[in-house]
Amino acid sequence: MEQEEAAEKIIEALKKKLKTKSKFYFNDLAKILEMKPRPAKKFITQMVVDCQLEYWSSGSTSMYGLPGTGKQAAAEHED
Amino acid sequence: MAKHETPLLDQLESGPWPSFVSDLKQEAEKRAKNEAGLELQIPVDVVDDLLGVLELSFKHGKTHWKHGGIVGVFGYGGGVIGRYCDQPEMFPGVAHFHTVRVAQPAGKYYTTKYLKELCDLWDFRGSGITNMHGSTGDIILIGTTTPQLEEIFYEMSHNMDQDLGGSGSNLRTPADCIGQSRCEYACYDTQDICHHLTIEYQDELHRPAFPYKFKFKFDGCPNCCVASIARSDLSFIGTWKDDIRIDQEAVAGYVGGEFLPNGGAHAGRDWGAFDIQKEVVDLCPTGCMKYEGKKLQINTRECTRCMHCINVMPRALRIGQETGCSILAGAKAPILDGAQMGSLLVPFVEVNPDNDYQAIKDVIEPIWDWWMEEGKNRERLGELIKRQGFQRLLEATGIEPVPQHVKEPRTNPYIFWKEEEVEGGWTRDIDEFRKDHKR
Repeated sequence: MEQEEAAEKIIEALKKKLKTKSKFYFNDLAKILEMKPRPAKKFITQMVVDCQLEYWSSGSTSMYGLPGTGKQAAAEHED
Repeated sequence: MAKHETPLLDQLESGPWPSFVSDLKQEAEKRAKNEAGLELQIPVDVVDDLLGVLELSFKHGKTHWKHGGIVGVFGYGGGVIGRYCDQPEMFPGVAHFHTVRVAQPAGKYYTTKYLKELCDLWDFRGSGITNMHGSTGDIILIGTTTPQLEEIFYEMSHNMDQDLGGSGSNLRTPADCIGQSRCEYACYDTQDICHHLTIEYQDELHRPAFPYKFKFKFDGCPNCCVASIARSDLSFIGTWKDDIRIDQEAVAGYVGGEFLPNGGAHAGRDWGAFDIQKEVVDLCPTGCMKYEGKKLQINTRECTRCMHCINVMPRALRIGQETGCSILAGAKAPILDGAQMGSLLVPFVEVNPDNDYQAIKDVIEPIWDWWMEEGKNRERLGELIKRQGFQRLLEATGIEPVPQHVKEPRTNPYIFWKEEEVEGGWTRDIDEFRKDHKR
């Protein structure tokens, strides 16, 4: 799978769920790509570098989301 | 005069112990005076507002911090933890109050120059409040605003040769004891392997893809000064294969009162003359020692490396020469199912820097692969081992079951035979069986 195709797949799947969910675990993204975690990580990390995904962290747990989505961005004046 | 009235916090200062409230008040005053003439990059009253919000939390009996955030430095999914106050109008100084985790040096050896640079940077771009060190071991810088994060990271990474630590679903900053740099008990160079694996696993440290946190800790010997056995998902504890080295003359020196037991640690009162039988031999957990005819003997086969005899008589007893480490897996603090200690996975493995610790990496990486594939979200390695069984961990790592894996034979064994492992499989001739076993 090429990077572009992986990114499209993830963005499309995340947009579909946006009404109910804005933050996703790493494993949710690997499942969208239908890949094992290690190969999926390469695509997902590149998407963060390309600003197509952003990290969210509680301090103990990390999640991923589309940039600017969810309550967090507005609530924290980071958008 | 203080910005906020803090009667509840003031009461905390009245106890016999040093108080963090006093420290915070001192820092608030220092920032207000700003004698160094710094161009403070975050609000001057950040510490006053921190005291204010804490007082309010005491009053309300609930926190006024929001949970988590999206802030970080570019490309890193850990090292910065977003913290926001839910009363920003009342306490604008801590409206943004992010935490920065900084990787501590192996063994926590610092130069004063480094510490001064770090504190100067934090006075300038942060609150000036530090936590040396957090539970995982990192340097924790408490309280800064979002625009300062990249500036702090640039300064650290370009001018201080310093990286951020781990947070979130990452490999956390590995931690170790001082090891062979100062301790004669250390069975391997804890600092070298801690540093090596920190560099080797940068991707795991900075880009989260684990189900939850993952911790390495390195103890040079079974005294476990870093408490790796209780605090890390993978615990590396120094050990040895051969005999404890005994200097019989020095043993006689302890018995005769020439040397103080435990390096004189229990000299606060008169405990009477040293009694080797009572204080060493009888306290050996496996009963593998005897002192007869003024000679101390140890049956190495029965010794579990508990370290008691060595700690009591360090001049007379030394660790063996064939050293390495044991690897234990699955320790964690209580969130689900209570706290767990590590379970022994590898009784002995060489710790060899000449091949970049390959034997140890060969254990680590299959464990990660298994946990990343099978672990549920927010499930620690220890919980996965409990859910799927220790045998699955052995299969994932390709480690053969050995007696050391079994805590109590015949009660609750971890290890089950599979049909292909048994000669003849499960099928049997019932008539043949009945010849020896009546109904």
